[in-house]
Amino acid sequence: MNKLKSKDLLGIKNLSLEEINLIFETADKFKEVLSRPIKKVPSLRHLTIANVFFENSTRTKLSFELAQKRLSADVVNFSSSVSSVKKGESLLDTINNILVMKVDMIVMRHPNPGAPHFISKNIDASVINAGDGTHEHPTQALLDSYTIREKTGKVKGKRIAIIGDITHSRVALSNIYSLQKLGAEVMLCGPSTLIPKHIKNLNVKVENDIKKALEWCDVANVLRIQLERQKNKFFPSLREYSLYYGINKRLLDSINRNITIMHPGPINRGVEISSDVADSKNSIILDQVENGVAIRMAVMYLLSLNKNR
Amino acid sequence: MTNKSRLFNKKRLDITINRLCHQLIEKHKNFENTVLIGLQPRGIYFLNRIEKNLNRILGKKIDSGILDTTFYRDDFRSKEIPKAKETLIPFLVDEKEVVIIDDVLFTGRTVRSAMEGIMNFGRPKKVELLVLVDRKYSRDIPVEPTYCGIKINTITSDRIEVNLVEQGFKEDNIWISNE
Repeated sequence: MNKLKSKDLLGIKNLSLEEINLIFETADKFKEVLSRPIKKVPSLRHLTIANVFFENSTRTKLSFELAQKRLSADVVNFSSSVSSVKKGESLLDTINNILVMKVDMIVMRHPNPGAPHFISKNIDASVINAGDGTHEHPTQALLDSYTIREKTGKVKGKRIAIIGDITHSRVALSNIYSLQKLGAEVMLCGPSTLIPKHIKNLNVKVENDIKKALEWCDVANVLRIQLERQKNKFFPSLREYSLYYGINKRLLDSINRNITIMHPGPINRGVEISSDVADSKNSIILDQVENGVAIRMAVMYLLSLNKNR
Repeated sequence: MTNKSRLFNKKRLDITINRLCHQLIEKHKNFENTVLIGLQPRGIYFLNRIEKNLNRILGKKIDSGILDTTFYRDDFRSKEIPKAKETLIPFLVDEKEVVIIDDVLFTGRTVRSAMEGIMNFGRPKKVELLVLVDRKYSRDIPVEPTYCGIKINTITSDRIEVNLVEQGFKEDNIWISNE
C-alpha cells in the first residue's frame, strides 16, 4: 500500500491498520526532513490549503500550519470569530466561498460532531478533521500512537490508560480506535459522570479508581477537564476532581511501576496533572507536540497523492 | 517478443567500477573535501560498491550519505506512486565537493530533484554526477554525467534492468530490453 484509500481524513474509525502504518512510515521520513538545516520539501508547492477553525486552537492550528509550510503549500487561515459566520453565513456557503478561490485541501475544526463529514460529501477538495466537537480528532490520536511507538518501541501489547474527561473528549475516541487497531489494550479512567454509558461496547476496560488504573497501565494519557463543553455539573469542584483524579508525584511514587505520561494539551497544571509530573523525565508531552508536525506532514502528503494536477 | 541483451556481467561491472573509482581519485585525490551521495533505491548499491573500492585503495573511510528524492520529484502524482525511502546525510555539504551516484541516467529528472534535495543540506562547492549507464539522447533536462560507466543509444521504450546480488539475484547482470 502506497497511498490512503480516501481523499479525506475524517476519523480513525475508518482507517485500516495498513493505512496507519503507512502514515507512521511516512512520518518517519518527515522527521528526518525536520532535522535538516533547511526543514522544507517542495512536495505540496502546487496546493493551497485552508485552515478553517470554528473553535479555538493553539497546538493543532500551529502544527498544521507549520506542516503545510514545511511542505511548501500555500496556506490561508480562517477563524470563525472574525468571519462572516458571525453575520449568519451557513457552513456550506462559507466553505464553498473558500473553495471557489481554488483551495485544494481544507483542515477543519468545528464544535459540531460530523461537520467535516458533511463538508466532505459536498465538496471535491480533501478534508482533514482537526477535531469535530466531542467526536474525533484523528491527527492527535495518530501522533499519540506514533509517540508511544517511538518512545516505547511498539504499541502492540501495551496497556494504555486514558484518564479524565472521556465524555467530552474527541481525543479519547480517536485514541481508542487507533490504539486498538495497533494492538494495545485500552482502559478508561475517571469519575463515572465523565465516562459515557455505552463506551464498554468499544471493548475497553473502565475503572473509576485512578490508583488501580495507574497500577495496570504502561502509559497514562491524561486528558483535560473540558469546562467549556460542560453545561451541567459533572463533579462538585475542580479541587475535588484534582484530589481524586489529579496525577501527582506522590501518587506515582506510591505505585511500583514506571509509567510514561502523555497529555494532548493544553495542560491545566494542578488540576488533572501536577507540574512535577508534567515536567518529569517520564513525561513525553513535548515529544507529542514535536511529532505532531511530522504526522500532519505525512497525512497531507499522502492525501495529496490522491489529487491529480 | 522481448529483445534482451547484456550490458554488464559481474566481471565487466567490477572492472567498470574500479575504473570509475580511479577516475574519482584522479580528480578528488584523497577525498578530504569530497562526499559521496547515493540516490535511492539502486544508486545505493553502487555507492556501497564504489565506497568499498575507494576505502580499499585509499586506506581510509570516505564520507557518504543516501538521499531519497521522492519529496522533491515533479512527477510523483502522475506516475506510479513511490513510497518515500530513507534519507541519511549525517553531515553538512557546505563548501564540499559532492558526487551524486546513481545507476541509470535517463531523463535527468531524478538528478534535478536530487540536486534540490542536496541543497537542503547546505551549499556545496561543486556537484558532480556519476552514473553507471547513460542513456544518450533521452534527456528532458540538460543534465550530463561527470563520470559514466557506459554510454548507450536507446529509444524511450527500451528498459534497463539492473539485477544485482544485493537485490537477491544470483549474479550481477545489467540488461537492456525492448518488448
